[in-house]
Amino acid sequence: MSDKKKTTTGAEPAAGLLPGLKSEVGRKGYISGETMAAVAGQAGLPLNSVYGVASFYAYLPVSPVGKNVIKVCNCLPCDMKDVPAVVDGIRREIAIGPGQTTPDGKFTLELVSCIGACDQAPAMMINDKLYGDLTAEKIAGILKSY
Amino acid sequence: MAEKRIVLGNCGIVDPQDIGSYLKAGGFKAYEKARRMKPKAIVEEVKKSGLTGRGGAGFSCGLKWEMALNAKGGQKYLICNADEGEVGAFKDKYILSRDPFGLIEGMLIAGMAIGARLAYIYLRNEYHSLNSLLVSAIEQARAKGYLKETDIQVFEGAGAYVCGEESALMNSIEGQRGESRYKPPYPAYRGLWDMPTIINNVETLMNIPHIINKGSGWFSAMGKGRSKGSKVFSVSGDVSRPGVYELEMGSLLKELVVDLAGAAEIKAVQIGGATGNIIPGYMTDTPLSHETFLGSGAVVVFNSTRDIIDIVYSDMRFLNEESCGKCTPCREGTEVMLEILGRLRQGDGHERDINSLEELARVMAAASLCGLGQAAAVPVLDSLRYFYNEYIDRIGQSHFLRSYLGGEMAELKEGIR
Repeated sequence: MSDKKKTTTGAEPAAGLLPGLKSEVGRKGYISGETMAAVAGQAGLPLNSVYGVASFYAYLPVSPVGKNVIKVCNCLPCDMKDVPAVVDGIRREIAIGPGQTTPDGKFTLELVSCIGACDQAPAMMINDKLYGDLTAEKIAGILKSY
Repeated sequence: MAEKRIVLGNCGIVDPQDIGSYLKAGGFKAYEKARRMKPKAIVEEVKKSGLTGRGGAGFSCGLKWEMALNAKGGQKYLICNADEGEVGAFKDKYILSRDPFGLIEGMLIAGMAIGARLAYIYLRNEYHSLNSLLVSAIEQARAKGYLKETDIQVFEGAGAYVCGEESALMNSIEGQRGESRYKPPYPAYRGLWDMPTIINNVETLMNIPHIINKGSGWFSAMGKGRSKGSKVFSVSGDVSRPGVYELEMGSLLKELVVDLAGAAEIKAVQIGGATGNIIPGYMTDTPLSHETFLGSGAVVVFNSTRDIIDIVYSDMRFLNEESCGKCTPCREGTEVMLEILGRLRQGDGHERDINSLEELARVMAAASLCGLGQAAAVPVLDSLRYFYNEYIDRIGQSHFLRSYLGGEMAELKEGIR
């Protein structure tokens, strides 16, 4: 049995929700309560549907994040190449741990699921840019370039 | 055995930014040929080739297409699953970044075969940097007039492993939480917007132009049993040459991890990502195929310095994080397994933990809604099968630690008895 209610073509109110929320993240870095309410109003959806979608996905933050989001891969192939050393390397440079944002709002650090750079482990992304084969020296240089 | 580069044949040869170089390499000949064929004939050719889904499930591609071709629906959709989120998988990224035109050609033929006017490439958020390359490739193909029958759009995900599961993927495009749906109905009958929909992995679609050009007989002559053609693997972990390799189906695991990737002192190998089988190093003579081990082709190698419980714990941490939460066996099962494995890892295990893991595994495999929960316990069960002693050792150490730290002497005695 299908757990979907409607059977129309392409005209569902939620169509386009994901690209819309993604471009909001591109503009402001996160999706505020006001934005969610506005999006819900425009699409004719209840607010909790929009919140439900936004909060489901890892890259749709619903609270403010730093200007640059550092995503350190925390999955098996990277973990085998010492993720804690990467996190420590970042901590030494900008004094934040996973889930934290620097006081100046420049960086947020997150541990994330596999980013598909297992051949360059340990790896991280800053915003959409990938950095692989990380070492403590490399991390310092990378962070200084932001 | 040397590599057999078919799917990867154009990677590194053609310029991914220039359709001219793809045409020079013989590109879009299969498309032209398919245009002169009836949809049914295309489907028949793919069916006869024995091509199976390369994303992990291994279902017959031609049979799936046939269902969609015969399904009734005003609009039909094709989706290329480029939501490669499996732990240790990076083969699709390799393909997308080096041969986007090969994928487009495969998609256009698939679109003609099933009668899809619109096709999506569902690209994972983490591969955003490839978005503009794909869009440019699509636009170049459009300018050459190749997109008349089927339009192609890139749809980007927002960070959710479970969206690689086909029904969750469709929910995601529909603007919903990426939760799995109950099946049946299968997507080939009722998929995106409840219309007949075919979802194929990047690598599956990359095979299509070759099958149309060279014929199903050429394709089915490669491989073993019901595993035809070649398979692309991404190898990482304790190897000196991590990377993407393509081998004929049925090649031995050691040809991949030892000869090509340069592994030594192998303790274990995990094949197919976080839900994949873990097999011991002495089994590297095993052929790689649907009948044995394959999954999506993500291969992670562990040498003798690695701790099996650490490995299984890391897999479970990922699956627990990425469980969509819709069905109870997966949502709660991964949670409890993570708790147990975490205790074992830290030296706080009990004999009863092994029973709990096995019992949970049975329930999760039987009652979970989609592949994530159904297969979440695979590495746990494999590690218990092949590395049982490590669990027993860890439980013994746990007893010692607890007694050494003062207390629970009774339990230590229980353990010895």
